[in-house]
Amino acid sequence: MLTLIVRRLGLLVLVLFGLSLLLFAWVRALPGDPARALLGEKATPAGIAEITARYGFDRPVWQQYLTYLGRLLRGDFGASINTGEPVLSTFAQRFPATIELAVAALLLAVVVGVPLGYLAARRRGGLLDNLAVGGSLLGVVVPVFFLAVLLKYVLSIWLGWFPTSGRQDARIDATHITGFYVLDGLLTREWDASWDALKHLVLPALALGSIPLAIIVRITRASVLEVLSEDHVRTARAKGLARGVISRRHILRNALLPVSTTLGLQAGALLSGAVLTETVFSINGIGSYLFDAVNQLDYPVLQGFILFIALVYALVNLVVDVSYGVIDPRVRVS
Amino acid sequence: MSPSLLEVEDLRVTFSRRGQPSTTAVDGVSFSVDAGEVVGLVGESGCGKSVTSLAVMGLLPSRGTTVTGSVRFDGTDLLTMAPGQLASRRGKDLAMVFQDPMTSLNPVLTLGRQLTEVLRAHTDLDRAARKAEALDLLGRVGIPDPRRRLGEYPHQLSGGMRQRVLIAIALACSPRLIIADEPTTALDVTIQAQVLDLLTTLVRESGTAMVLITHDLGVVAGTCDRVNVLYAGRVVESASRHDLFARPRHRYTSGLLAAVPRVDAPEGSPLQPVPGSVRDRLEWDAGCAFLPRCGRGDDACRTGGIPLAPTATDLALSPGNPDHEARCVHPAGATT
Amino acid sequence: MSALDAIAPPPSPTAEPTGEAGLGPWAAAWRRLRRNPSGIVGAVVVGLFVLVAVLAPLLAPYQPATGEWFGEVTPTAVPGPSADHVLGLDSFGSDLLTQLLYGARSSLVIGVVSTAVGLAVGAVLGILAGGLGGWVDTLVMRIVDILLSIPSLLLAVSVAAVLGRGQWSIMLAISAAQVPIFARLLRASLLAQRGQDYVVALRSLGLRQRRIVVGHMLPNSLGPVLVQATLVLATAVIEVAALSFLGLGAADPAVAEWGRMLVTAQDRLEQAPQLALYPGLAIAVTALGFTLLGEALREALDPRSDR
Repeated sequence: MLTLIVRRLGLLVLVLFGLSLLLFAWVRALPGDPARALLGEKATPAGIAEITARYGFDRPVWQQYLTYLGRLLRGDFGASINTGEPVLSTFAQRFPATIELAVAALLLAVVVGVPLGYLAARRRGGLLDNLAVGGSLLGVVVPVFFLAVLLKYVLSIWLGWFPTSGRQDARIDATHITGFYVLDGLLTREWDASWDALKHLVLPALALGSIPLAIIVRITRASVLEVLSEDHVRTARAKGLARGVISRRHILRNALLPVSTTLGLQAGALLSGAVLTETVFSINGIGSYLFDAVNQLDYPVLQGFILFIALVYALVNLVVDVSYGVIDPRVRVS
Repeated sequence: MSPSLLEVEDLRVTFSRRGQPSTTAVDGVSFSVDAGEVVGLVGESGCGKSVTSLAVMGLLPSRGTTVTGSVRFDGTDLLTMAPGQLASRRGKDLAMVFQDPMTSLNPVLTLGRQLTEVLRAHTDLDRAARKAEALDLLGRVGIPDPRRRLGEYPHQLSGGMRQRVLIAIALACSPRLIIADEPTTALDVTIQAQVLDLLTTLVRESGTAMVLITHDLGVVAGTCDRVNVLYAGRVVESASRHDLFARPRHRYTSGLLAAVPRVDAPEGSPLQPVPGSVRDRLEWDAGCAFLPRCGRGDDACRTGGIPLAPTATDLALSPGNPDHEARCVHPAGATT
Repeated sequence: MSALDAIAPPPSPTAEPTGEAGLGPWAAAWRRLRRNPSGIVGAVVVGLFVLVAVLAPLLAPYQPATGEWFGEVTPTAVPGPSADHVLGLDSFGSDLLTQLLYGARSSLVIGVVSTAVGLAVGAVLGILAGGLGGWVDTLVMRIVDILLSIPSLLLAVSVAAVLGRGQWSIMLAISAAQVPIFARLLRASLLAQRGQDYVVALRSLGLRQRRIVVGHMLPNSLGPVLVQATLVLATAVIEVAALSFLGLGAADPAVAEWGRMLVTAQDRLEQAPQLALYPGLAIAVTALGFTLLGEALREALDPRSDR
């Protein structure tokens, strides 16, 4: 177990190191003067001189890389070309919105997807099964951003059930502690703030949740079908256990192992999807930050973003692998 | 004569799948097991012996399966029982040991959990008592250091050890009948005898009846009181172990016996395999299913409904032995 | 999820024992494919898509992205269906139907070219890793690990950001995201075969490693690769749209790209929802077609697989 964690952490360091090399090479490969590229259109001679000195663009390449690496290790990811704000602190400020969205989407997907996949498998070939299989196929092929636009049009513009954009009504005077608005409202007992944030969260979470939902339904279904055909389920039935005990302890528990690993793999898809969803619903998370960076070719933000995402992604997968080891004794021991 | 513990009568199991012709796996099997008796069900793979056992336990998938006939256990018909009611007797009154110990235990639960959950389902024992009982059971099936094993997972044990655990689980609630479906087939040859010995010893000690399903006549020879030979979904011969080995009547049984290698056979005498395969069969309604593989068949074998009839132990002396039945028009050992 | 499946490739096509005796594995697969209704639907959708993309100049009533009728678009309304414009205009004053048809063209070109490049590079890496093993394998797989450590859309975003906007950078971006998928698939397939008896037998016959890999092992990997490529095309169509949705496509917003059309449609969602609906449906239906076809291919090539 411990060796697994150590090995994965080692791999993580290696991956981040490789990425930093790539990203470094990326800026160097930009056409023209790197200092100019980093400053964008607003480059002034003085600014170029300052950046050149700070990043050491006049020194040999390997020294430049070392300085770059050193700054990264100190948590200095550079500053945005457009706003001049440090990249890392902007992330910190915007990350809660994205996390809130992603967690809500994932929660929705798990709460709906696991029972649906399970029931579909138990009543294989039935109406529910066909609906689940067909629906999950739709979930895979309908792009998140299209679903988001569709939901926005039907449920908020047309029917007016939900707000069209943002995270909270500006007229609500809400205290923010954690940056997770729904949670903040609960902590401060500002119920209306929490309720309003929740209403803002529903549509984006539905749209974003469609990806993991489709996948969770499919994997749960396939996994339950496989477990159902295994001998040990027959043993459990031969023991005369109650139906519920067999379902929970002997079928669902085994079937959820593969589902839990896919959850980790979903982290990447969720982040990508969050970028698109936040754009549609004008949520100030890291997704819309990236969108702006892409459209303005804000290199320091893009660089920082990729490193940051890789780090988050790798950590999530590490946690999933470790938890997998906890649930599955076969992994734990070997 | 008091009724037997288990009476299977005219059991038929038919599987039907959409778009495919249905297949009859068990075609009118009848046999009975008295309390404390060990009865063998013998036959080649595909003859319906495993399906018979699953039907008795009510473990066949409900969809696409039709089961008719009757399975009376202690006087009540298990086939007509409500599923929940049947479940409450499984594991308690009748238990099962499966063929493949590698896959028959849940890989993600501890052995202790898998043992105690049977006790929890069928007894009033409290947690501590269940644990004590589980320890005792593991000891009885010969697992060393049972205390440590309780916290371990199936993959940490060898196949033989796992089968011992499965036997412990089956014995946990002192059932009156155990069905053992090829309990040693998946094990190493060296382990097979040990596990079989353990199983029969425990069964005999506790007075539990057992149905032992096997394709291996060697297994039957050492353990069973009575033997039923199955062919193509029907019992073709039923006799005490001694009678069966000494005087096989059905041509299939005698063929099987001739195919078993023997140490005491004269040197150079070749083994006689039963020609053909189970696929070459006649429908029972059209005659003897074994006819295509039998050397002695004639037109008399081509009439349907050949009964399982008592046979003469010694043709010259007695008219028939009610305890030795065979479904054959031209039984072996009779003068032709 | 398709990437996951790729790690354990379906076994090569094998003929079923009954009814298909005498048919080669590919012929048997073809027969199963023709009997699969959802596969037929997929094939028809894909066929229509390709046809529309290729014949767009003939099918489209007008030239794309002309903005010819810009005068008819007002700040509050976009003209809907009329006799001249079956689906109406887009917000830049071009014919919507024409834009949609040409959108298929750019989706197809980008999707196919990027998948071809991704497949080629991924295959070379995978063959090197799986065929040679040793340090080559380690090196290649570490590169693949790094590529996989970035979510594919974000990988594509960064590639596109380096190369600047435009369709070429979208193509390269998407192929970059596909490289690890194909590399893993081929490596896994080759590794799985390396231990099989027939390879050992060939080696004992004194065949060179290269002969064995190219002549015997690769053909066996063809099935899974074909399946994966079809499924990846579905993702590619969505990713093309996603990238142009993010603003990485052609710099001109009026150009005919489904994703780009969806973005601009958002500004007028209240007045003209059809501007978002059609391109969105086009993306979804195309992706559905490729997915259905891909899954039908998988089932056809591996009779044991189930859904």
